[in-house]
Amino acid sequence: MSSLALGAWAVIVSLAILAAFLAFWHLGTQSMGPGAAMDSEYAKLMGATATTGQSAMPGPGQVGHKLWEHLTNPFYDNGPNDKGIGIQLAYSLARVLAGYAIAVTLALPLGFAIGMSPLVYQALDPFIQVLRPISPLAWMPLALYTIKDSGLSAIFVIFICSVWPMLLNTAFGVATVRREWLNVARTLEVGRFRLAFAVILPAAAPTIMTGMRISISIAWLVIVAAEMLVGGTGIGYFVWNEWNNISITNLIIAILAIGVVGMILDQTLGRVARLVTYPE
Amino acid sequence: MAAAREAFAQGSKALEKTKLKVGFIPITCATPIIMAHPMGFYARHGLEVEVIKTAGWAVIRDKSLNKEYDAAHMLSPMPLAISLGVGSNPIPWTMPAVENINGQAITLAVKHKDKRDPKQWKGFKFAVPFDYSMHNYLLRYYLAEHGIDPDKDVQIRAVPPPEMVANLRADNIDGFLAPDPVNQRTVYDGVGFIHILSKEIWDGHPCCAFSASREFVEAMPNTFRALLKAIIDATAYASKAENRKEIAAAIAPANYLNQPVTVVEQVLTGTYADGLGKVQRVPDRIDFAPFPWHSMAVWILTQMKRWGQIKGDVDYRKVAEQVFLATDAAKAMQEMGLAPPDTTYGKYSVMGKEFDPTRPDAYVNSFDIRKT
Repeated sequence: MSSLALGAWAVIVSLAILAAFLAFWHLGTQSMGPGAAMDSEYAKLMGATATTGQSAMPGPGQVGHKLWEHLTNPFYDNGPNDKGIGIQLAYSLARVLAGYAIAVTLALPLGFAIGMSPLVYQALDPFIQVLRPISPLAWMPLALYTIKDSGLSAIFVIFICSVWPMLLNTAFGVATVRREWLNVARTLEVGRFRLAFAVILPAAAPTIMTGMRISISIAWLVIVAAEMLVGGTGIGYFVWNEWNNISITNLIIAILAIGVVGMILDQTLGRVARLVTYPE
Repeated sequence: MAAAREAFAQGSKALEKTKLKVGFIPITCATPIIMAHPMGFYARHGLEVEVIKTAGWAVIRDKSLNKEYDAAHMLSPMPLAISLGVGSNPIPWTMPAVENINGQAITLAVKHKDKRDPKQWKGFKFAVPFDYSMHNYLLRYYLAEHGIDPDKDVQIRAVPPPEMVANLRADNIDGFLAPDPVNQRTVYDGVGFIHILSKEIWDGHPCCAFSASREFVEAMPNTFRALLKAIIDATAYASKAENRKEIAAAIAPANYLNQPVTVVEQVLTGTYADGLGKVQRVPDRIDFAPFPWHSMAVWILTQMKRWGQIKGDVDYRKVAEQVFLATDAAKAMQEMGLAPPDTTYGKYSVMGKEFDPTRPDAYVNSFDIRKT
């Protein structure tokens, strides 16, 4: 099998999996037969699940239809609590990028400093290990209480959750630059500043990029939880608002949108990572 | 032009601020606060109000304390709890108007259809929207009157209203005392049935509140007055049965409650499916009356005391009169041609038992089942 044929096969298998999934989904959400008998006045007051036995789970057709509605009109604005999915995604992206940018500006220099000094590395390690696994939902009430602004709180939570992988990977990358390269630089009497930027940074770049890539995924995971909690705008708010209406169709669409945007963010950083890798 | 005339008429009483943000939780209790936006009650009083949907009671409290909102929809025990510093730092809070009376219900999962006697409910898991809510106090009262100790025989947890239906469907809880449209939505989706309406526990009980910080009330008296009048205006409109269908259509869309119109209509008109195959007709299932009776605050405080939320001695009257702004409400009602009551204290009958607001401690001690 040549590599081209392998790629073609992968596409075919992917499509087959998708088709099988859609078929199962379609069959699984068929009507369960007529619901309990009820008089017509009562039936008028009840939902379709109770009257016609329609599955509470929407089928692929319904989701596709609704998805088309969202895609053809992504930027409508019916007031502060009802905006198109495109606007919501834009709000979420803006928050994620703000929190992530703060995390990058802090994690890279700090990680560099930590990586250069084994003493600082070991001294800070316990703090990092304790703070790293904390869920965004645990940070949120504290942030709301102290920062006193829900928008800034959401950005803070993204920052605090996405800073650790970058910090750790930067420190690790810097600490594990090959000794020979540092020794060569020292023999050549390269200045500290130049050593950092001309030798260590390029050498540690692939590890740093891996950390940044993990961090952006975490930031995107966090935004949904944060926005569900503080509400207002964003894709997390969209999920919460549709949950409120028990609209499973819109929830599935939101899940799809979150997945696609997350993939785009990850792939973008993946490309950048490929630019800075070097053959050993 | 109309707005200009309005501003001119107010003359010296110019509004300190016209653009306001008011937070709400998407439930029918907030009807006056919500409908005042699409139906123009805020605009009529010279205000440009943005009504912001909020995720839960703790968030609406924090956003109000943070001054992101100028005023907010709260549960009527919350301004008392905030002022007393129960569950948050003490900050002087006020409740200038009640939103709705009645309008809640106990809903049970369909599988409990045959367990209509609360004595059969030992071991049940119940949900209420918040610890400091009329829902919590009414459910506890109802259970205790039937000999069920709400702290020992059942579990009561705080669950945000939107998550209640999903939890009932998933069998995580057996039932809840919840605001609408949650109860009606549960019936609509075929998940549960309405056991009793809250008016069967206490007919005319207060539920949700229009609230603001004392700082806002004092720093912007004219804006506050205009806002209060808009709310009272909307409340008076909502209390008329013939307006209810129009209101249901105005507040059901995604920007407000985000519910099917028929669900909201069933709540507001009181002609509803009960989940057991019958159509019930209870026109006063929910009603709207703005006057913040001090005796209502005293009742709430007695229940906070009863269930151990506040400890030690409580100056019931002082707290009630500081937080429930009956004088402002009465004045605003008079100016609008409505008749406020002459007194701010009244007696109530809750499940046949009399509550006398002049003897709150004796009332607390009269209950066998309590936490103190």
